[in-house]
Amino acid sequence: MSAETETLAPPRRGGIGPYTSVAHRTRSRLVLAALVLAAVALTVLLLAWGNEHEPFGARWWRVSGMRVTSIVVIALVTYCQAIATVAFQTVTGNRIVTPSIMGFEALYTLVQTAIVFFFGSTGLVSIPPFGRFLLQVAMMVLFAVLLYSWLLSGRFGNLHVMLLVGIIIGTGMGALSAFMQQMLDPNEFDILRARLFGNIGNANTDFLWFVIPVCLVTGCAVWLLGRRLDVLSLGGDISTNLGLSHKRQVMVMLLLVAVLMAMSTSLVGPMTFLGFLVATLAYSITDTYDHRRILPVTWLLGYVVLGGAYFLLRHVLTLVDAVTIIVELIGGLVFLFVVLRKGRL
Amino acid sequence: MIRLSDVTKRYAGETEIGPVSLEIPKGGVVSLIGPNGAGKSTVLTMIGRLLAPDGGTIEVGGLDVHAAPSKQVAKTVSILRQENHFVTRLTVRQLVGFGRYPHSGGRLTQHDEDKISEAIDFLGLTDLEQRFLDQLSGGQRQRAYVAMVICQDTDYVLLDEPLNNLDMKHSISMLQHLRVIATELDKTIVMVMHDINFAAVYSDYIIGMREGKVLCHGTVDEIMTEQRLAELYDIYVPIHVIEGRRLGMYYWSPELPKRAVPAG
Repeated sequence: MSAETETLAPPRRGGIGPYTSVAHRTRSRLVLAALVLAAVALTVLLLAWGNEHEPFGARWWRVSGMRVTSIVVIALVTYCQAIATVAFQTVTGNRIVTPSIMGFEALYTLVQTAIVFFFGSTGLVSIPPFGRFLLQVAMMVLFAVLLYSWLLSGRFGNLHVMLLVGIIIGTGMGALSAFMQQMLDPNEFDILRARLFGNIGNANTDFLWFVIPVCLVTGCAVWLLGRRLDVLSLGGDISTNLGLSHKRQVMVMLLLVAVLMAMSTSLVGPMTFLGFLVATLAYSITDTYDHRRILPVTWLLGYVVLGGAYFLLRHVLTLVDAVTIIVELIGGLVFLFVVLRKGRL
Repeated sequence: MIRLSDVTKRYAGETEIGPVSLEIPKGGVVSLIGPNGAGKSTVLTMIGRLLAPDGGTIEVGGLDVHAAPSKQVAKTVSILRQENHFVTRLTVRQLVGFGRYPHSGGRLTQHDEDKISEAIDFLGLTDLEQRFLDQLSGGQRQRAYVAMVICQDTDYVLLDEPLNNLDMKHSISMLQHLRVIATELDKTIVMVMHDINFAAVYSDYIIGMREGKVLCHGTVDEIMTEQRLAELYDIYVPIHVIEGRRLGMYYWSPELPKRAVPAG
């Protein structure tokens, strides 16, 4: 993939935007088209597989309609994970840590557990379920922004220390949640468990009507800030020099990332390596700095990967609950591979 | 005009910069010299608003750089630090294009493209503009970064050791480029320099710093004296005039004179 050999006549008085050559542009468009096709094909496959009724008839929909929710969940989760991971990696200036690895989801789990622990599953009964959900999300976003803006403030100097502190905090929050869960009344623990560990086949879809617009608005905000992300990826000094208030931009991005992660976790629970997997693939496929091109490719890749795994495991191998495990396994292996190959963080 | 009024910066421990009060005239090439740890880079990064001072104000071209809107400051002063690392893979042209961000907001017009081409040509990178930064030598990469801040088209350009990583040939070529930029594009270039002779040959104005304070500032002839250099560096630097230029022969220092005693 040497650009040198593929570069056509250098466009002297003007560039071709985020592309390095005409070949690069053609390739990028082909990749995008192929991913869109794959996503559409996968959606049709997920809807239609094994459904023997007349396609798109009333009875056909009765069977396939139930699958629509799963498809929506897959699309939402990958959307959140993809955008959050890319934005997070850009503002932190590295492509190893992701919000999941840094413990965003552990934080969500902790907040949920703590609410049940301190108020009991019935203690908050006066608040309607949606209010509780909103409270959890708000607390998670608040804590995430406070914790990670402190962690990313540069106080820790280098990435290794920051990563270490982040992982320890993440693990610590996980342990704290586990500890509180141990002490819960078994009934309350059951209720909590049902809320905590969603999976694609059994996602928490009670508030989809709320989650979908929030995700759309947040994701669009990241998209609209795409050009700023391009600059932020050059680091704090250069982006300050180019007229961005780096600190404020990082805070805004962390806020958006925290919202997206809260949405994703509320649907299906923690997914440690999915974001890392698809973001890493997307960077190497797109090979550009332009976030407006990286973001859609990341999402589509995520949808194809998670949807593909779901399809294989549900309809071909019938191991529904293993979807996240398989994706995590692949993601974890890729993570290990990237770290080992680069030899550094 | 760059004006610093009672600027201070405290670090943990006993290190302290300032108070520095200084006026740097507009136009030409200005060098900041001094021994290690004198606070040259700190002062430069504070002028370039990458580091907030603990006290005092800094004005560049009539703009308080730490109070004025960042976007406006980015059209007045640009700064390049020594170390620049990022994960994105960019070509030279893309990097230089980022210099237009304060003007274009990321949407490059034909005018921006012309400016980019101009900056690339100015730094002699025409044939390399489609190369990726990681395919360049240290010197070429350094020139690409300088092209980016030139492309930002600000009246004031701050460079932290622009000769870092450059061999003799590329050092000279870089300084000549900067000289031409200062003269032809009518910019003020302020840079931290380690080699006093490069500073002497290519600067219009020199500022000497030591232990966090400005010890002396003036024209090359005023600063390039044995007394001034002994005060700054604690070593005896004999000054020789070669082809009309004052050069300090610091390569061997026979004895360490007492400070402030003119030697030779």
